[in-house]
Amino acid sequence: MENLIYTLHDFMLHTKTITYVLMGVALVSFVGYWKFLTGREEKMRKY
Amino acid sequence: MSHDQKKFWHAGNILTAIILAGGLVLTFLRFYKGIGAVSNLDDNNPWGLWIGFDLMCGVALAAGGYVTSASCYLFGMKHYHSAVRPAITTAFLGYFFVVVALLYDLGHPWRLPYPLVYSQGTTSLLFEVGLCVSLYVSVLFIEWSPAAFEWLGMRKLRNIAVKLTLPLTIMGVVLSTMHQSSLGALFLIAPGKLHPLWYSSFMPVFFFISSMVAGTSMVIFEGTLAHKGLHRMMDETHLKEANGVAFGFAKAASFILAGYFFIKVFDITMDDDWKYLATGYGAIFLVEMFGFVLLPSFLYAIGVREKNLKIVRIASVLGVLGIVVNRFNVSMVAFNWQLPAAERYFPSLMEVGISIFVVTLIITTYRFITTRMPVLFEHPEYKDAH
Amino acid sequence: MHRRKFLSLLGGAGIASTLGTTKAKAASNASFDGYPDAMGVLHDSSRCIGCRKCEEGCNTVNHLPKPEKSFDDLSVLDTKRRTSATVHTVVNKYNVAGLDHPIFRKQQCNHCMEPACASACFVKAFTKNSDGSVTYNGDVCVGCRYCMIACPYSVPTFEYDDPLDPLIQKCTMCHPLIKEGKLPGCVQSCPKEALTFGKRSDLIEIARERIRKYPERYVNKIYGETEAGGTNWLYLAPVKHTELGQPVVGKKSAPELTAGALGAVPMVVGIWPVLLTGAYAISKRKEKIAAEDQKAAVAQAINETQSAADDKLKAAMEKAAKDKEASIERETKKAVANAEKEFEAKLAALQNPESEEVEESSKPEGDA
Repeated sequence: MENLIYTLHDFMLHTKTITYVLMGVALVSFVGYWKFLTGREEKMRKY
Repeated sequence: MSHDQKKFWHAGNILTAIILAGGLVLTFLRFYKGIGAVSNLDDNNPWGLWIGFDLMCGVALAAGGYVTSASCYLFGMKHYHSAVRPAITTAFLGYFFVVVALLYDLGHPWRLPYPLVYSQGTTSLLFEVGLCVSLYVSVLFIEWSPAAFEWLGMRKLRNIAVKLTLPLTIMGVVLSTMHQSSLGALFLIAPGKLHPLWYSSFMPVFFFISSMVAGTSMVIFEGTLAHKGLHRMMDETHLKEANGVAFGFAKAASFILAGYFFIKVFDITMDDDWKYLATGYGAIFLVEMFGFVLLPSFLYAIGVREKNLKIVRIASVLGVLGIVVNRFNVSMVAFNWQLPAAERYFPSLMEVGISIFVVTLIITTYRFITTRMPVLFEHPEYKDAH
Repeated sequence: MHRRKFLSLLGGAGIASTLGTTKAKAASNASFDGYPDAMGVLHDSSRCIGCRKCEEGCNTVNHLPKPEKSFDDLSVLDTKRRTSATVHTVVNKYNVAGLDHPIFRKQQCNHCMEPACASACFVKAFTKNSDGSVTYNGDVCVGCRYCMIACPYSVPTFEYDDPLDPLIQKCTMCHPLIKEGKLPGCVQSCPKEALTFGKRSDLIEIARERIRKYPERYVNKIYGETEAGGTNWLYLAPVKHTELGQPVVGKKSAPELTAGALGAVPMVVGIWPVLLTGAYAISKRKEKIAAEDQKAAVAQAINETQSAADDKLKAAMEKAAKDKEASIERETKKAVANAEKEFEAKLAALQNPESEEVEESSKPEGDA
């Protein structure tokens, strides 16, 4: 990969695009993981 | 209500109608003849009032939404609950009309979704701003929607939206942190064009911290206005909690401003920019720091100590103006500071007119919503549900 | 390599430090030196005579509208000009103090090695090509003009007067001509060899050579060698470049300037939800504890009240019992006394015959 990218700009374009996708994944997983984490607690009132 | 209808054509509404009519004419001119025909923008000054005011100030002053909902739902300050809906409403309208105003500034407004769906320029801070703002407008819409659903009697949809409150609030803070700071980061790419007193690698931090001040000040300021014009729409809880909200937010704003002042001083010291203070730009900088940071901070403190609502309200006006002054300085006054005076930018009357038009649209929509939907009062059928 | 990775990890550990501008280098394990065979142009102000032939050449090859004053009219040089949507290059005249002749400098897009416009564009409208040119694709442009803000040389221009399809306009280094193996329009038409087209690395060698050979003719500086990460357009001049209206631009390229802030974004996405959910959980927990405490306090209060009431009742009962006992005793005593009295009375009555007194004294005994 390295020899295909000649500019820092192209490198960042490549890595940031992947990062943005991962950020979306992270935000969604946070919700699911918190549900899993607190799944056995007695239900709290959530407004 | 019939009383209101009889008196519909009072001075305020006539003025509103005139501004809206004028705005429509300017809108026609803008889209029929192009940006150049209505604005003073040129090749040296590509961003003017529409970005500096409508976008920069609009987004900052709509920060009340995330500040209020976070303090109520995340930090457990339940006594701010009656302030959440008005704040979310203002924030939603603020962001929605930021997007509307942006359509005037863009050369190809119909391509606004391109960065999201067609060609993602992820190295751009503006991509980050665009992504966050578009997501946050959606988040704010869902957060605000229960008011509309209660008004329309759509109980099921309302309950679904209310159930999402917690994740949406967290999402709101995350998105706000990112795009409020990214608005400041937009200028990181132009160190040569922005005056060193304002340019800093910490601009994103400055913009984020000052957005909290903007949010709290705007909630107090808007409360003042609403109490004058929309007192009849407020229920007992709202009226009872309103002063507590004002004093609580004043306390927060005062301390945040103090912190903001210190980080600005640290930054000037680290970049060794003290020498610029003796120049004309230094004077502008000092006015901003003393008149619109320290003064409102101190006035808020006095207001809180004396339990004087009037002083708090005056401080909130200064706090709101301070944000406008800062965003104007960064995006217009101190930008292109090295250009000769003849090549500098000053907004045209028609640009100002369109900005006034957009603000009037926000106020009109706010009045439409708050006089109908349960924003300043709780819907009697859903009282227990909170 | 290890040290860099370690530094980038450190950078990720604190949000404040990720805002630092050194992040870009720490984050990338390789350094980027640009396209190896990228071309460029060297402009030598000591050779330029301000004939405007390059402006004409540019106008012709790019099919731009002809200007009002012809390119032979050199009076336009008396006012400072900049590029516009229909003029992609201009030559300006500079009267430098201490020199008996003016100096001319050509301006156009400098074709940065790390273009700020490309870095700033949120729809990837700009491309850095392998031939060194930076080109623009109007089909995706939204018209936000952030590229114009970002460019350290204020090169991109905008068609403000077009309401339907306003686009960014700028020099393309004649990218289409280079592809055909031809020279850029301006270079073709320069009569004095003030413009030299070639590989950027070669141009730097040529420029160094000229400075070495004629130190009295040049200041020892190649403008564009390091400016904003380096540009493919390079300049030699007999006076300081600031005298020729060229801005002082730092060495840092646009992606280096923005890397810190861009890097902070995923950190916020990763850390904020954790902290905020934590804050929520803490406030919930506090609420729960407060509720439990209150419940306990209420229970205790009820207990205390209960036991106090019990005690009171007990005391009252005891008192009542005692009272009763006492009164019984008293009454018994009374009764005994009465009985004694009665007996004595009866005895007395037996001794004298007045019976009324006996009936009266028997009454209290019946009440008790």
